Amino acid sequence: MKKENTQHLAGVSRRSALKSIGALGGAAAFSSIPGFTGMVHGQTDEPVRLGFQVHRTGIGAAYGRWYERTTNAAVERINNMGGINGRPIEIVGEDDGTDPKRGAEVVEKFATQHNCDAAFGTLFSHVVIGSAPRAGELKLPYLVVSEGHHVASGILNRYTLQPCITDVKSQVQAMAPFVHDNLGKKVTMIYPDFAFGHDHRDYFSEAFARRGGTILEQIAIPPAETAFTRYFPRIPRDTEILYHVMVGPAVLTFVKELGEFFGGSGPALFGFIDSLEAVDMNSPGLEFLDGSYFWEGMPRYQQEGMLEFDAEYRAAVGVDANGASISDSRDVSTYAHMFGCWETLHFIRDVMTAAAGSGNMKQAMIEAAEGVTDIAESIEHPQGAKLFNGKTHQVFGHQYISKVEGNRLNVVHSTSIEDTFYPDEVDYTQQEL
Amino acid sequence: MIRPSRDVSLHAGVLAALLLLFFVTSAYHNGNLARIMVLAVFAMGYNFLFGYTGLLSLGHALFFSAGMYGLGISMNHLDMTVLPAFGMGILASLAVTGAIGFLALRTSGVAFMIVTLMFAQAGYLTILLFGKYTRGDEGFVIQQAERTLFGIDLTDPTNRYFAAFALFAVSYLFIAWAVRTSFGRCLVAIRENEARARMLGYDTARHKYLALLASGVLSGASGAGYALLFGYAGATFASVQYSILPLLWVLLGGAGTTIGPLVGTAFAFYLVDVSSEFTSAYLLVVGATIVFLTLFFPQGLSGELRRRLAPWLP
Repeated sequence: MKKENTQHLAGVSRRSALKSIGALGGAAAFSSIPGFTGMVHGQTDEPVRLGFQVHRTGIGAAYGRWYERTTNAAVERINNMGGINGRPIEIVGEDDGTDPKRGAEVVEKFATQHNCDAAFGTLFSHVVIGSAPRAGELKLPYLVVSEGHHVASGILNRYTLQPCITDVKSQVQAMAPFVHDNLGKKVTMIYPDFAFGHDHRDYFSEAFARRGGTILEQIAIPPAETAFTRYFPRIPRDTEILYHVMVGPAVLTFVKELGEFFGGSGPALFGFIDSLEAVDMNSPGLEFLDGSYFWEGMPRYQQEGMLEFDAEYRAAVGVDANGASISDSRDVSTYAHMFGCWETLHFIRDVMTAAAGSGNMKQAMIEAAEGVTDIAESIEHPQGAKLFNGKTHQVFGHQYISKVEGNRLNVVHSTSIEDTFYPDEVDYTQQEL
Repeated sequence: MIRPSRDVSLHAGVLAALLLLFFVTSAYHNGNLARIMVLAVFAMGYNFLFGYTGLLSLGHALFFSAGMYGLGISMNHLDMTVLPAFGMGILASLAVTGAIGFLALRTSGVAFMIVTLMFAQAGYLTILLFGKYTRGDEGFVIQQAERTLFGIDLTDPTNRYFAAFALFAVSYLFIAWAVRTSFGRCLVAIRENEARARMLGYDTARHKYLALLASGVLSGASGAGYALLFGYAGATFASVQYSILPLLWVLLGGAGTTIGPLVGTAFAFYLVDVSSEFTSAYLLVVGATIVFLTLFFPQGLSGELRRRLAPWLP
C-alpha cells in the first residue's frame, strides 16, 4: 500500500546518522578546516570528477548555457572552500545534443572513460529517461535537474536521483489551490500534445477537481503546430481561467495570437514560466501577458524581503536583479530552473563528504543521499528549504506564483512544501545497489 | 584445394576483427562498439535499399522505431519475454514496411523521398498521439531485470557485446549472401537502369518491394536490438533526424558496399565523440569533415577503397 506522505525515511541506522543536510553541510564545512582537511585529504589528491551532461546543442541549448554558467560558479565556490574531502572538483562536460541516444553515450563515457564519481545536470526528460538505464547498469550516481516525474514515478533506478529540483507532478498540483481560490473555478487547459503537456493535463485536472473546480475543456496542440488562432474558438465562453503551458520556438507566436484573439477581454491567464524561460518579458507581443500569472521555480526578478540568500546567489552566478546576465541585459537566464545545478553540486559535496572513507564511494553516496531529509535554506540552497524523500529519490520544496506587472514578474504567493506532497510511488531503497 | 574467395575472407575477417576488438579494447570502446554494431544493422538495412536498389528513402526512422516499439510495448505492456518480444519487433517493422511500401513504391525518385518522409512524420506523430502506451516524446525504460535471454543478463557488458555481435553477424552475412544472389544482382540492375531491367523481363516492382521489406525488417531488428540492449524506447528515434542518419552513415562508409555501413556508422560515431572532446564547436568539425569527404571521396570510404585499391570489394 502506498504511503500518504513523503517526509520520512526507512529507519536505517546509518542513514539516521546522516539525516539532515545541515549535518552534512557541517561535515563539509569541517573539511575546509585545515586539520580536518588533512585527514581526509590523505586518501587521495585526485580531483573529484563529475560528469556534466550539458544540453549545449539541440532544443535545450538555452537552458544548457545557463546550467553551465551556474555549474561553473558552484564549482568555483566549492573548490575555494576546499573542494570535496579536500579534493577539488573537476567538471567533465559533454554535450548530449538534447538527444536521448547521445545522452546515454555520454553517460557511458563518464563512467568508463573519464572514471567520473558521479554525473549530473540533465534537464530534458527524454534525455534523462534514455540515459538513466545506463547510469544504473554502470552504477554511476546520476543526479538530474529535470523537473520530470520520471524519478519519483519509479521507472528509473536506484542510482538516479533528483535531489534539488521539484518534479512536475508536485509543482502542478500545488498550483491548483491558488488557482481555484484566487483566480476562478472554471478552467480551460491548452497544452502541447506530448508527454510534458499530458503531465500538466493529468496532474492539474486531478488536483483541480479535488479542490472542487471544473475543467471545461482540454485543448491539445499538435507538436509541430506554428499557428494557433484556429484552436481558440474551442475555448468555452464561460472559461474563467486559461491554463497554458506551451513551450518551444512557437511560444511567442502563441502568446501574440492569444492576445489578438481576446483583445484584452479574455479570461485570466495562468501559465508555467517554462514557456518563457530565457525570454525577455519586454519582448514585443508579450504585452498581452500583463496581469497574468505564472508558476516559477525560483523568482526571476529579485523580490524584496524574500529568499535570504538570493542576492548572494545572483552575484555568484552573474545574474542581475531582473534575471538577466550582468554583462548583457538582453541575455535572460533560465532562473526558474538553473538553481538546481548550484544546489545539486552542493548536495553532491555533502553526500560525498558524509560517505568519505567508504570502500565503494558510489554506493556510499547513494546511501548517504537516501539518508537526507531536511534541506535548510542557505546560500547552498538559495531557492528555499526542501524535504528529500530517500525512498522515491525526489525532493519537495516551495513553489512560487508570480503576476506580470509592468513587464516584470512579482511573486504573489509561495506554496508550502506540504502542498507539493503526493503518495509515494516507489521505494528505490528496496533495489540492490 | 579450394581457396576461399576474397569476399568470403573479407567478411570472415570483419567478423573476426569485431570479436578480437572486444578483447583488446577498453570497456568504453567495448560499449561503443556494441552500439555501433546495432546501429550498423540499421545502416545495412538502409544500404540494401539505397546502395543496392537505388531507392533513396527518408522514412527509415519509422521502420527502426516500429521494431523498437514492437519490442518495447510487448515487454512493458504485454509482459512478453525477450525472444517473443523481439519477434514482435520484427513483425511490427515488417507490417509497417509492407503497408508503406505498397503505397510508396508507386512513386520513384524525389516523390519516393517525399512520400517516405511524410509517412515517417505521420508515424512520429502517431507515436506522440498514443502517449498512453508509448509515453510519447519522453519514451520509456525497459527494466534491467527484464532484459534477460535464456537466463543471460543482456545488460552485462560482455553479454551485451556478444548479443550486438550476433545481431550484426546475422544481418551482415545475410546482406553478403543476398547481394551475391541473382535477386541481389537484379537489384543492382534496377539501380543502374530500371527500364532496362524491366525490358529484360525482370519484375522490378516485386524486386523493389522485397528489397524494401528486407530493408525495413533489418532496420526494425536494429531498433528492437537497441531498445533491448540499451533499455530505452522513445519517439526521438522516429523523428526525421533518424531517417537522415542512416543515409549519412551509408554515404560516409560507401553506398553499395557490404562493409560501408559498418565503416560509416563507426566513423560518424567517433567523429562526434572525438571532436567533442577538443571543441564545443564540434558540430562545425563534423559538418566540415562531411563536406570534405563528400567533395573528395564521393563514393564514401569503402567506395573509394574499391575504386582505388580493391575493385573486387563486394
